[in-house]
Amino acid sequence: MTTSPTIFMEGVSKRYGESFVVRDVDLSVAPGECVAIVGHNGAGKSTLVKMALGLITPTAGRIALLGENPAGRQAMAFRRRIGFLPENVAFSAAMTGREVLRFYARLKQVPLAVADRLLERVGLAAAAHRRVGTYSKGMRQRLGLAQALLGEPRVLFLDEPTTGLDIESRQMFYDVMAELRDGGATLLLSSHALSDIEQADRIAIMKAGRMVACGALPELRRQADLPLRIRVHVVDGTAAREFTARRGVQWLDDLRFEMTCADDGKIETIRSVSLLEGVSDIEVMPPTLVDLCDELTREAAE
Amino acid sequence: MNAIATIAGREIRDGLRNRWALGAVLLMAGLALTLSFLGSAPTGVVGASPLEVTVVSLSSLTIFLVPLIALLLSHDAIVGERDRGTLLLLLSYPLSRWQILFGKFLGHLSILTVATVLGYGAAGMALAFAAGEFDADSLGSFARMVGSSVLLGAVFVALGYLISATVRERATAAGLAIGIWLVLVLLYDMALLGLLVADQGRTISAAAFNWLLLLDPADIFRLLNLAGLSKTSLFAGMAGLAEQVQFGRATLLTALAAWVAVPLALAAFVFSRKEP
Repeated sequence: MTTSPTIFMEGVSKRYGESFVVRDVDLSVAPGECVAIVGHNGAGKSTLVKMALGLITPTAGRIALLGENPAGRQAMAFRRRIGFLPENVAFSAAMTGREVLRFYARLKQVPLAVADRLLERVGLAAAAHRRVGTYSKGMRQRLGLAQALLGEPRVLFLDEPTTGLDIESRQMFYDVMAELRDGGATLLLSSHALSDIEQADRIAIMKAGRMVACGALPELRRQADLPLRIRVHVVDGTAAREFTARRGVQWLDDLRFEMTCADDGKIETIRSVSLLEGVSDIEVMPPTLVDLCDELTREAAE
Repeated sequence: MNAIATIAGREIRDGLRNRWALGAVLLMAGLALTLSFLGSAPTGVVGASPLEVTVVSLSSLTIFLVPLIALLLSHDAIVGERDRGTLLLLLSYPLSRWQILFGKFLGHLSILTVATVLGYGAAGMALAFAAGEFDADSLGSFARMVGSSVLLGAVFVALGYLISATVRERATAAGLAIGIWLVLVLLYDMALLGLLVADQGRTISAAAFNWLLLLDPADIFRLLNLAGLSKTSLFAGMAGLAEQVQFGRATLLTALAAWVAVPLALAAFVFSRKEP
């Protein structure tokens, strides 16, 4: 069990009429691994998660969750060990946070004391007796995390988990995620936020239903081979002017200029810039995630 | 089994929180009390017990009110959860869709039962205090009326689920619920009456007419309570009809139970097919 993948997808497609929402996706996630799915709205992320959960059936392809068909008859048994935090999670507004969590605990056949402990873990103990209708977006999200954690799940699906969270809650989220992975749980999250994605071992980029790239962040950066930008601040530009004129570099304003260089020429460029007289600061800006996604998508299309 | 009870429990709690249950009880008790005291005034002349009169007037009230309350509770059950975004999460839990539906059914039916028993019971009690003794016969028909009211409610809860499982929009569900209420409670009878008048007994036999009555749960309820009893049917204006009807009480109850089971099974089928 330790070596076989927790989430396994092979040639998975979902079609509505003539249009593909997900097309020919292969993905394999090992126990203890965290994979982030990145892509624009409508790229098929949520549909992929719903298929992995067995909530909708794929038009073609094969999915195995913990070695079983997630939409099969035996799915009921292992759903107890699966956590899911849907995008924009909602609860019945008339119930208190404690009642909501206890309701879900009963459905997962988890002791109610566990539910109360989880409420504390996500920092909602003080608001436990307030109605969910009075909760802020971040509090609802934390309650959503708490219900996903019920039953010590071996697989967690987190759909845009940190939207609406402040920095402190975010850190709590990441702590929980790290704890889960140390315990051997598998995480699949979809997100736009760079800080979320940095938590992941691998990143899968989706575009129009296809998985255009999948790998660790440095690996993807190498694959895209995008130049990085170096922004240089000077207190006195006279020495630098000569340097930039030779290289044909444009100045942003009187005291700043920006140049691009390939990833492997980074050190050399920084060294030559730092030797210039009057340089006060050097900013190294790697290509953004959006640049990376766009580039890899473009490459895949070619 | 546990999962069904959990879902039912949440529906009941939701009903209590939203003052749904309270509203239904107050509405039914208020109307029932009004009707029974207004209706009990002239009874001395006819020689019917006040409780019998009350059974007649409350039966008429049930036919309009209970389906309405049942549909209000049930039409939003699935489409509303889908709309609010709570359904997707629930479906990822270890329980099947028929368990969700059946749990909701039990919960909503409990609310309806409590509202009917408390509401009508209050009217019955008030009458008992006002008029003194009742014979066992009248008490029996009163109890049967309350029981069949709950059964009629169950029919419309099941119909509401069928609507709720089928449509995509909450507004559509509400519109269809009102439509079903209008057709089954009002229009079907009028259409049937019109048909009989136009036909003048030439093609529609008494047997065919009987079967036509079974196609409307409200009519089955009417036959059960108003035509089934010799004493009540006399002043319910149903005596003529009672002579024509050949169905026994067991048949009528079975027909009403089928009106619960079939829409509920259909709703479960549609729900299990639908993608969230």
